[in-house]
Amino acid sequence: MNQLLKKISWMTLLIPVISVILGLLCGAIIMWATGYDPLLAYSSIVQSIFLQPYYAGETIRAMIPLVLSGLAVAFAFRTGLFNIGVEGQLMAGWFASVACAIGFDSLPKFILLPLSILAGAVAGGLWGLIPGFLKARFKVHEVISTIMMNYISLYTTSYLIKTFLFTQGERTPTIPPAASLASNFLANLTQGSRLHWGFIVAILAVIAMWFILWRTTMGFELRSVGFSQDASQYAGMNVSRNIILSMTISGIFAGLAGAMEGLGTYQYMMINATFTGIGFNGIAVALLGLNTPIGVVLSGALFAGLQTGGLTMQSVAGVPIELIQIIIALIIFFVGSGYVVQWAWGRFMGRRHKA
Amino acid sequence: MPYAIEMRHIRKEFPGIVANDDITLQVEEGEIHALFGENGAGKSTLMNILFGLYQPDQGEIYVHGKKAEIHNPNDANQLGIGMVHQHFMLVENFTVAENIVLGKEPKRFGRLDMKEAVRIVRELSERYGLKVDPLKKVEDITVGMQQRVEILKTLYRGSDILILDEPTAVLTPLEIQELIEIMKKLVQEGKSIILITHKLKEIFESCSSCTVIRRGKMIDRVKIDETSPEELANMMVGRKVNTQINNAPYEPKEAVLEIKDLVVQDARKVHTVNGLNLTVHGGEILGIAGVDGNGQQELVQAIAGLAKVTQGSIALDGKDITNRHTRKIIEAGLGYIPEDRQKHGLVMNFTVGENTVLQTYYQRPFSNLGVLNHSVISKKAKQLIQEFDVRTPSEKVLARSLSGGNQQKVIVAREVDRSPKLLIAAQPTRGLDIGAIEFIHGKLIEEKKKGRAVLLVSFELDEILHLSDRIAVIYEGKIIDIVNPKETDERELGLLMAGRKKGAEQA
Repeated sequence: MNQLLKKISWMTLLIPVISVILGLLCGAIIMWATGYDPLLAYSSIVQSIFLQPYYAGETIRAMIPLVLSGLAVAFAFRTGLFNIGVEGQLMAGWFASVACAIGFDSLPKFILLPLSILAGAVAGGLWGLIPGFLKARFKVHEVISTIMMNYISLYTTSYLIKTFLFTQGERTPTIPPAASLASNFLANLTQGSRLHWGFIVAILAVIAMWFILWRTTMGFELRSVGFSQDASQYAGMNVSRNIILSMTISGIFAGLAGAMEGLGTYQYMMINATFTGIGFNGIAVALLGLNTPIGVVLSGALFAGLQTGGLTMQSVAGVPIELIQIIIALIIFFVGSGYVVQWAWGRFMGRRHKA
Repeated sequence: MPYAIEMRHIRKEFPGIVANDDITLQVEEGEIHALFGENGAGKSTLMNILFGLYQPDQGEIYVHGKKAEIHNPNDANQLGIGMVHQHFMLVENFTVAENIVLGKEPKRFGRLDMKEAVRIVRELSERYGLKVDPLKKVEDITVGMQQRVEILKTLYRGSDILILDEPTAVLTPLEIQELIEIMKKLVQEGKSIILITHKLKEIFESCSSCTVIRRGKMIDRVKIDETSPEELANMMVGRKVNTQINNAPYEPKEAVLEIKDLVVQDARKVHTVNGLNLTVHGGEILGIAGVDGNGQQELVQAIAGLAKVTQGSIALDGKDITNRHTRKIIEAGLGYIPEDRQKHGLVMNFTVGENTVLQTYYQRPFSNLGVLNHSVISKKAKQLIQEFDVRTPSEKVLARSLSGGNQQKVIVAREVDRSPKLLIAAQPTRGLDIGAIEFIHGKLIEEKKKGRAVLLVSFELDEILHLSDRIAVIYEGKIIDIVNPKETDERELGLLMAGRKKGAEQA
């Protein structure tokens, strides 16, 4: 029995790894079939993100919002909820942080920067609280309501920017330096990448997720409700309150992701015609990372690396950057069909045993 | 005459465990043969081998004297072997007749001939005394009826050897009696039956012989009229069984639970508890007897704050707890062993340790200022595991991986350890084997001796009669009588449970 359990947990760890390998392999086949050199393409990615400081910096920079939105999805998932609304919560957070920074531009940095980050977190949290409340009170399924909330967020932020914070180039004014996470030191270190201090926020968030879920009574309740609403209710927990709380915390992570983009990467917010995609990628990041904090960091690094390295792949090997999206999609596909992978692995090992 | 089924020297290994070790099973033609053993003894593995779901590592199977190779359930069906699983495999929104003919439908011009199907089902049901309404939907009929549909399914496929896997686990006492009649009728009609069970009473009421297995090994094959329940029980657990009897003197103390004119509605606004009055004292076990669906579940849920009280009041230890939040009621002194231990009693994906503090995690010393103290929780769990003899490799394994009996022990340990003033035990031994039942009964009696109030709800009349100091009979949401277990018997209780009050004229 014990051996069996060990086998299963090994298997769950193996699925993401195998999925990544299979995804890259399929990507290589597609490149080869369409007349590109897969070896050159992949080696250019690896070389750029590991050997060129600029790309290394950009990779870490791209990781920050990916990891935070991955944490948002994973946190909700750990408590039995599927938060598709990270995208909307992220935009709400992005807007709130930028608006706060511009609105209070006379404040000193040690107040304005934390305040703007906080504004993003609160906005994201509120955007998560609403579907949480709808679910707890009226049993509205969170997948439906969060998808709707994404659109509300997309158009509301656009409207607010147009009405109150509009400037040249379809965007808000640039935030004051007192609210900025950007750093000349980090930029110089990475030969001019947009890497900013937000990575510290991301690291703190990773630790926070682990601590909240596994070290606090709040996390104990959240996980309990996530696994079994019935048993939690019988044990005297307030199921509705936990659903709302979980969506709110998840939204806070997402809001922080938006704040990092607003205060770090871009220093403004543009009027988005469509979604940024970061929030949706967060779902993939969480899925590949098995909804664990450390897994989210690893898969966030992979996706960020692929996206950043994809640029060099395009210039060096001539492979269109869209192929990276295909590879990411394939990896997610393989993770999703983990059962098939598990089965194939079993067959493979079984045959080896017999041979 | 050859045996209907003979399984010789069957061995089946799973990684790390020998589930069946040299088991021989012989079932005569036209008999009801019991396969008797504790949970996890290897009964289901053996039957799954017979039904073709597993392949044996060693051993041979003979059906009606001929050597048989059974590679899958289809082979088993071909050989006339049919199995009724513990969990029914029915299409809920199909009718009875549709379910029975599913997969082997009578056809007319290439289309399903429903009239013919209904006719066949009627004929079968008459021939074997299995009363069903072929046109009713499965979701609308009782569990007992659904089981009959499962039996009819196997008969329709021409089975003459039936395997019934713990068929009585889901039935009410009345339905159990009906099932036993049905089994006897089937045997008269020339069928052979293997009854998988761990309940002695059924064996003695229906079977002619019995194979006992324990920890994957065959212990003995005995004729029922040459043995006794005690002997069989001892064989099953491998030691002498002490039936726990509530022999502590009955010295009721002050009232702990007082229920007045309680009314509870279900989702359809039906009054499932309808003006119920009940008082339970410290130092007594009060048993609630009744046919399932007479308001037991709602009564217990109302006490625990899980069902809304529309009228009346509930007081625990003198404090009004009507419609209070469950946590407040638990803090006021309620311990509750719920009926569905996997759904309501445990978070199956939590560890045993986490489950032991499921209601107390927010209190000191298990946490401080909202931060859990894992070492204290572990220590507590280890202590309970030892005290309550929970068989688990450690407190860090998931509750899911424990056997049913050990899961129940975790719940009992947790509830009793809180020293509740009132302990509600709803079907506390359902589906458990004798060893675990003995243990849990002992714990309930211990609680009574400590002067606590115990409210026992059970469909097992034996359990109620053995343990209770007073028996309250519930019927249509009311307590219609309270009787002394020493002055009553199953017959009288049965009548009361059917709603006939003592002294009232017999209709």
